[in-house]
Amino acid sequence: MRALDLKLIRDLRRIWAQSLAIALVLGCGVMVLVLANGSERSLILTRDAYYDRNRFADVFATATRAPEALKGEIAHVEGVAQVDTRIAVNVVLDLPGVQKPAMARVLSLPPDGPPLLNVPLLRLGRMPDPLHPNEVVLSEDFAQANRLIPGETFRAILNGQMRTLTVTGLVLSPEFIYLIGPGTMMPDDQTYGIIWMNRDAVAAATDLSGAFNDIALQLTPTASRDRVIQQLDLLLAPYGGTGAYGRDRQTSDAFLSSELHQLSAMSLILPPIFLIVSAFLVNMVLSRLIALERPQIGLLKAIGYSGQEIATHYLKLSIGIGIIGVALGWIAGAWLGRSMTALYADFYRFPYLLYAPGTWSFVISGILGLVTVIVGALRAVRASARLSPAVAMLPPAAPLFRRGWIDGIGRTFRLRQTTMMILRSITRWPGRASVTLFGVSASVAVLIASFFSFDSMKQMVDEVFYQTNRQDITLTLTGSRLRSTEEAALTLPGVLRVEGAYSLPVRLIHGSKSRLATVEARGDGDVLARLLDTDGHPVRIPPEGLTLSESLAQELAVTPGDTIDMAMLVPPRETVQVPVAAVIRQSLGQSAYMAETPIFALMRQSAQVNQVHLLTDPAALPAFFAAVKRAPGVNSVTLWTDVRDQFDATMNENLMRMTIIYSILGILITVGVVYNAARIQLSERAHELASLRVLGFTRAEVGYVLVGELMLLTTVAIPFGWLGGYGFSTMIASGFSTDLFRIPLVITRKTYALASVITFASALASALIVRRRLDRVNIAMSLKQRQ
Amino acid sequence: MATTVFRMQGITKVYRTGAVDVQALRGIDLELFEGEMVVLLGPSGSGKSTLLNILGGLDTPSAGRAFFRETELTSLGDAGLTAFRRNHVGFVFQFYNLVPSLTARENVALVTEIATKPMRPEEALERVGLADRINHFPAELSGGEQQRVAIARAIAKRPDVLLCDEPTGALDSQTGIVVLQALYDINRDLGTVTALITHNAAIRNIAHRVIYLADGQILRTQENASRAAPSEVSW
Ligand SMILES: Nc1ncnc2c1ncn2[C@@H]1O[C@H](COP(=O)(O)OP(=O)(O)O)[C@@H](O)[C@H]1O
Ligand SMILES: [Mg+2]
Repeated sequence: MRALDLKLIRDLRRIWAQSLAIALVLGCGVMVLVLANGSERSLILTRDAYYDRNRFADVFATATRAPEALKGEIAHVEGVAQVDTRIAVNVVLDLPGVQKPAMARVLSLPPDGPPLLNVPLLRLGRMPDPLHPNEVVLSEDFAQANRLIPGETFRAILNGQMRTLTVTGLVLSPEFIYLIGPGTMMPDDQTYGIIWMNRDAVAAATDLSGAFNDIALQLTPTASRDRVIQQLDLLLAPYGGTGAYGRDRQTSDAFLSSELHQLSAMSLILPPIFLIVSAFLVNMVLSRLIALERPQIGLLKAIGYSGQEIATHYLKLSIGIGIIGVALGWIAGAWLGRSMTALYADFYRFPYLLYAPGTWSFVISGILGLVTVIVGALRAVRASARLSPAVAMLPPAAPLFRRGWIDGIGRTFRLRQTTMMILRSITRWPGRASVTLFGVSASVAVLIASFFSFDSMKQMVDEVFYQTNRQDITLTLTGSRLRSTEEAALTLPGVLRVEGAYSLPVRLIHGSKSRLATVEARGDGDVLARLLDTDGHPVRIPPEGLTLSESLAQELAVTPGDTIDMAMLVPPRETVQVPVAAVIRQSLGQSAYMAETPIFALMRQSAQVNQVHLLTDPAALPAFFAAVKRAPGVNSVTLWTDVRDQFDATMNENLMRMTIIYSILGILITVGVVYNAARIQLSERAHELASLRVLGFTRAEVGYVLVGELMLLTTVAIPFGWLGGYGFSTMIASGFSTDLFRIPLVITRKTYALASVITFASALASALIVRRRLDRVNIAMSLKQRQ
Repeated sequence: MATTVFRMQGITKVYRTGAVDVQALRGIDLELFEGEMVVLLGPSGSGKSTLLNILGGLDTPSAGRAFFRETELTSLGDAGLTAFRRNHVGFVFQFYNLVPSLTARENVALVTEIATKPMRPEEALERVGLADRINHFPAELSGGEQQRVAIARAIAKRPDVLLCDEPTGALDSQTGIVVLQALYDINRDLGTVTALITHNAAIRNIAHRVIYLADGQILRTQENASRAAPSEVSW
């Protein structure tokens, strides 16, 4: 090996702690890239393969009752490649040994083999025998959670009739990768699942022989999806069509897309911080190293090494650091990616979910990592190449300190000379002080941005589950009923309060923008399901016009005062013009709201309900559940208490994991910056500090000069970190917000405080570790040294 | 008359530092001949190092011309000077300037790796009497030993000229003599043109010729009729 390369390796080994500190910061950036990018890629690959193999449909629609003959007509619509019709109904189940009512969606299977589209994938057992009307297959996780293996039976109320069904197999479906019950946000395998059953049996039970109420289309590659949707809506309108939609409104796919969106936001927002900090660190450390090795550089030049060879030498050194960082990042990224994928397996029902980060995410993160260190090194390296050999070998001149405002401060406040040393050093090397400031504030910012997700989640949970939805239970009815249903609901066991609700499926159209939505009718006296404004005060629905959620308004590009077209998708099926009266901010959901009176006036009907919200007595729940399981006309049951608990538990667990990871990332930045700054201080000022010891200063007093400067900088950096953290959180809130969630931007004082304390403590620890080296400095030796 | 290796005509050097100009050299005319050992003698600040640096292509004069054989050094750019140093010059400095992270052998190899017809690092180290210190790091060597490694590094490329700036300046007289002996032997055995800076008058006796500098000018030159051996020098 060449002597110069030997020097390089030994230099790296000598400054290993500093190199490692930089490599760790760099590694964080690389890791997040590999992790986010790799997970995104893995999810996309798996999803696409699964969709392709199991023929996930492109367009979906439901109707109340459409004749099977319509299928042919739909197949002729331009752009339609495949049509698959079926019957779909919600059922309430009575599972053995389960007190709460579980729910399921029953989907029909064609008599002659698997469906054309949305093909279920058999995991265990066999598909139902077309000749046995009571045989069914179940979605795998639901079956497993309820211990329903093939051969077991259970009871379901199908259209008011109790049926005993036999499980023949377990399946997965591309339609239900993310499977959630109506009104919920997270999968609950115990209480919600999918049942596939022979079409004849479902048709008989639902009076839909020769008809369908659910349809899926596959489009040709060149088809215009929106045109097909328009056509399909027209064809289905006479049969109770409630609006066709594409994959973007298909629940499972929408959740998956929002996850992908967040992963890609993560890989855009986080890594740059780490890369920038590591570039600065490389610059700081390399500049110091080059200053220390000035005589050696001069000598190398004197004996005939060219400036370029010397530049290459130091560039290689920083690339060495880069390689270590990239390798650490790769390893951590691949490892975390694996556990992230395991986490996904908890939420997403894929038949297989391989962590396949692909070479690309490694290559790109590796290149970015190396480019970062090279860019960071460039300035220092260029200076080394330019050093004139004759000058380089002269002992460096004593740093030039100037009188200035610092002296005024010193005199005014009668500062000690050790404090003056600190202030002078900061003003003498403003570049290095800035790197420390920048790094520490970046660290505070990363911590705030990670703790902020706790704050915003808490706010969301509070808003969704405690402020706006205060009911214990929501019953969704199979159709619209008269208001008198409220009184009937009040007679159910344990029901303390009933609030009827009505939601109207519509298509909202504004200019070229069109969007399926539900309009919820709101009465003045509603206290359970409420609307809140940004400050958390209940909103009074304006007596006329629509109130839209912010994200819906944005999507339609409307503001209060605009008029939009509202196509009602239930009788009277008219399109009316309505003004937008107000826009409100909501974390979840994309609903529209209207006061009761105008909505039913537009529908030319008397007030109706298709949902009832209930407050219940917990003690009476068993009796209530038993009654609901047998109640006719109940389409689905949402147990808000369960949803709340589950949301809390899942969020806490995952947020905790993420927070731990982000905290480590934040701490690493501080450690990398402060440790390196301290080491450089020490090497630069060993002589000065040793002189202080000679003069009789104690270790503590001398340590104060070293640690004091860094802690002063840290303290100054923290408020900047607050600003940065706020900006960073804003980016995350908007970057992570999707159609499904709007992340509210709330940062509590506790978050600011916690981030500051953690950063301060890790800065202090890093500085103290370096201070300990002061004890080992041999006073006599360091005074003798030439520098 | 031996052939001329170096020729300087009217070399002037002005350092501009801030407001003041320092005239380090004021019109130097000088020739160095094949096989010769020259001592440059003068008080501190008289311009010896500046002169040597210009000879070795480490620095460029403000005015005047300098030639190495047929090459005009003062017409070379940075790349040309680097090549000149790489191929023809060996340097020894007062403060050894060894790379602390490389062993004695590796410090020498630093040069032999980029030279065209070098000797083996071991051979160079043997010449300065350090055969048994080959694998020691600079920190494990005494000052005199470090300086001899520096000399070995300078001669390993078989340079045409050896430029030594106060090589014994940091050494006690006993160690200094060992270092001078090494330089003396190399000049005698390899015929390398050697220019040696010192402000120690006693050393002048080992040279063929002594050049006296003061205040950036050559006061006089003096040929030694008979040279002393380094061991006869004392200070
Ligand atoms: N890089 C430099 N910048 C400014 N002045 C210099 C520089 N190098 C040398 N000098 C000045 O030039 C004069 C000659 O210096 P030098 O050649 O080092 O003398 P010597 O080696 O004889 O002691 C001195 O006055 C010195 O201060
Ligand atoms: Mg000198």
